[in-house]
Amino acid sequence: MEWETVIGLEVHAQLQTKSKIFSSASTAYGAEPNTQACNVDLALPGVLPVMNQEAARMAVKFGLAIGAKVNKRSVFARKNYFYPDLPKGYQISQFELPIVGLGKMVINIDGKEKVVGITRAHLEEDAGKSLHEDFQGMTGVDLNRAGTPLLEIVSEPDMRSSKEAVAYLKKVHELVRYLEICDGNMQEGSFRCDANVSVRPKGQKEFGTRAELKNINSFRFVEKAIEIEIERQIDVIESGGKVVQETRLYDSVKDTTRSMRSKEEANDYRYFPDPDLPPMVLDDETIEAVRKTLPELPDAKRTRFIKEYGLTNYDAGVLTSTRALADYYESVCSHVKDNAKLAANWVSGELSAFLNKESKDITESPVSAGQLASLLNRIEDQTISGKIAKDVFEAMWASEGSVDEIIDKKGLKQITDSGAIEKIIDDVLAANNVQVEQYKNGQEKVFGFFVGQVMKASKGKANPGQVNEMLKKKLASA
Amino acid sequence: MSHYHKTITELGADLQAGKVSSVELTQAYLDRLEKFKDLNAFITVDSVFALDQAKTADAQIKKGKNSALTGCPIAHKDIFCTDGLLTTCGSHMLANFVAPYDATVIKKFKDAGSVTLGKTNMDEFAMGSSNETSYYGVVKNPWDQDKVPGGSSGGSAVAVAARLAPAATGTDTGGSIRQPAALTGITGIKPSYGRVSRYGMIAFASSLDQGGIMTQTAEDAALLLGEMAGFDERDSTSVDQAVPDYVATLNDSLKGLKIGLPEEYFGEGLDDEVASVIEVALAEYKKLGAETVPISLPNSNLAVPCYYVLAPAEASSNLSRFDGVRYGHRAKEYTNLDDMYEKTRAEGFGAEVKRRIMIGAYALSAGYYDAYYLKAQQLRRLIANDFTEAFKKCDVIMGPVTPTTAFRMGDKTDDPVAMYLNDIYTIPVNLAGLPGMSIPAGFDKAGMPVGLHCIGQYFDEARILNVAHQYQQVTDWHQKIPPGFE
Repeated sequence: MEWETVIGLEVHAQLQTKSKIFSSASTAYGAEPNTQACNVDLALPGVLPVMNQEAARMAVKFGLAIGAKVNKRSVFARKNYFYPDLPKGYQISQFELPIVGLGKMVINIDGKEKVVGITRAHLEEDAGKSLHEDFQGMTGVDLNRAGTPLLEIVSEPDMRSSKEAVAYLKKVHELVRYLEICDGNMQEGSFRCDANVSVRPKGQKEFGTRAELKNINSFRFVEKAIEIEIERQIDVIESGGKVVQETRLYDSVKDTTRSMRSKEEANDYRYFPDPDLPPMVLDDETIEAVRKTLPELPDAKRTRFIKEYGLTNYDAGVLTSTRALADYYESVCSHVKDNAKLAANWVSGELSAFLNKESKDITESPVSAGQLASLLNRIEDQTISGKIAKDVFEAMWASEGSVDEIIDKKGLKQITDSGAIEKIIDDVLAANNVQVEQYKNGQEKVFGFFVGQVMKASKGKANPGQVNEMLKKKLASA
Repeated sequence: MSHYHKTITELGADLQAGKVSSVELTQAYLDRLEKFKDLNAFITVDSVFALDQAKTADAQIKKGKNSALTGCPIAHKDIFCTDGLLTTCGSHMLANFVAPYDATVIKKFKDAGSVTLGKTNMDEFAMGSSNETSYYGVVKNPWDQDKVPGGSSGGSAVAVAARLAPAATGTDTGGSIRQPAALTGITGIKPSYGRVSRYGMIAFASSLDQGGIMTQTAEDAALLLGEMAGFDERDSTSVDQAVPDYVATLNDSLKGLKIGLPEEYFGEGLDDEVASVIEVALAEYKKLGAETVPISLPNSNLAVPCYYVLAPAEASSNLSRFDGVRYGHRAKEYTNLDDMYEKTRAEGFGAEVKRRIMIGAYALSAGYYDAYYLKAQQLRRLIANDFTEAFKKCDVIMGPVTPTTAFRMGDKTDDPVAMYLNDIYTIPVNLAGLPGMSIPAGFDKAGMPVGLHCIGQYFDEARILNVAHQYQQVTDWHQKIPPGFE
């Protein structure tokens, strides 16, 4: 039988506010355990939550960016359950009335666009962390993360393959970073995802029974976990069994999913509106003020790059993958004349390779956009060749000086004096009689050999164009 | 020289005039509450802590940097978190809990220079109407020590009634200030919901809890409420509205005041002796120039069932934080996490608290939420609307605070519903978020005090304080001290 997969994702994006969603404690990552948990985060008797308005503005920003309905009145509710890292015994979340309603995102699969519906996005607080290591038979609790604002983005079950799920996840990841509402760091857990996966015979309308996959915190794991789960579910059905509704945990080491709890074991969360927090009311003025802070969004930027800089779809995609990279590229372009394509090659090629090698972000690049532009201008005005430019770039990366200083210091200036080049050519031809004969006998590929020899003799500094032209003339008359 | 018969207003004047020092005054009260400790009004008294504050207050008075309250001793209900002092909330669960911070109410009193005399006994987590659910034992009513003082602010009520403290803070979720005030013959005010910050006040039912003050006189209540009230950025449910000078309007005339008398508050279940005391009090008001108008609060009979869904629902969630993980009681032996939770909570909570957690969890559970919680919310709106309609015809509403005077200890402990019905007149006021007072109005034949209930419009505490004060100018019920405590 042919099977169809149905996937919906729940993304938890930590909002990058300075303080927590209901307290004034810092949200900075990596502090000593429990040093960033104030009386409110510890849920001492008598404490009360106070809404951080910045978190609300960030949620609105997301809602506006996906063209969703922003609810002017939303309600915080308590989700009740016991766990040591949940200090109050309930999580403050939004249940019936979330801040962001129906919206959508467009993903690109094999050159085709596909719309993925967003059911809702709601605000809630993160829990702390239970630490099971280092406590011999006991569990430690770190409440630094407790109360960090989260935006939970819930998609419709619109995806039909793990590939689509990953494309969607990447798209959300890109967007929240563009909006500067989440740093997107999956390793630190500031961007997490659960997947609801089910299968059904192709053509069937009703959904199959779904399993919720947890603990899939990298793009690669999302793809693998979903693939494995799909196989597992098909195996179960084809061998006569039934998929049960349950929560499953992905084990990236064993590359399997295992059952965490079944529907019967699931908590009754006893949601009810939090009496400590009045409904959150947003006026038009606030919403419009947030709208004004919306940056150019990734899709719009991509289209503009293609049009304005004459880039290919692919190049535009790479260069707009983050807002910082796009800004860097545009800054380079503003300093070079009519050579956006060359700039694109350098930014997505050499520069990106160096950044990757040292695991650096574009904002940490030791070569500024202005410096890279000067380098490209030296290629353009033929001071150096593209090949030499790579050496210069390496020196710039090592902070050895400005472009011109490096060229001067290392004597890398391109030889454009035709007399000098002619002299080198003559020497090369005189030293390689055999090859000259071969060329004359019609073996034209020997031409490349001569170019190489001349470049070698000039230590790469001879202008390649001139070398080509003069070599041809010389050989013709030789 | 004795001070204990004096009001806060009088003591404040004596302190400022140098007639007495705060240390002397504080010591005198400490001696007195030691003498009458059998009443069990206090859970924690730290004389060193109190006298330290008194010394500071005396220094402030000397420098002239004092307020009307500087140096005045005040007792605090053990529901308010106090930095450095035990805060038990009447529970075994918090028997060892010392808060690292002051509740906003405590901070305000501290800033005004008042002295914390001690922490008063209360029903466990404020759940009770007789102070019999306290882990620290029942509080005795000084008017008859076999009888209950009411609850949950029973310790505060007795402290003031027996003049062990000149005033005490309380909280009122369904009548916990007004009912014990009535049963012990003192003045108590529960302000409008949102008037006093709930920050640092251990939550029972968040949408109903409200801090207030228990005093000898309405004048003291006006002075102290002025100090407690006001917007607090730490409490999102507190209302950002200026606090009027409650003392300034105490002497406004009552001529033409329209007193609404809800027929539902004078019907079946009301004790005849209580009814006649109220009748006499109303006659007094007519002499002061007020007139009475009949009104109706048709949904009052729904208030108790509505309350006993909503309050336990909120409580079941509010009390989840007492899990043995971070503070408070933790069972000594357990096999795993769930076992630790179960044993800790089984040992830490008393029967009434457990009963309400169970009721609340049930009312919120899947499949029952609509029938209980949602329905109760709808009723709550109807009950609030009754008051809105009634206040179109009158300025204040009066009636009894309780259907009977104080009952005997143990009389209602086996019948929770009978106990709950003691709050039949006070609960609707909490559901509507209105201010209410209990004003001493006389005694029954057995010599037990009766409280007159005065309910005001939303945020109109000034009016009910004025109405109470004028009555206290022509009566002396509020000055009566229980025999043996004079």
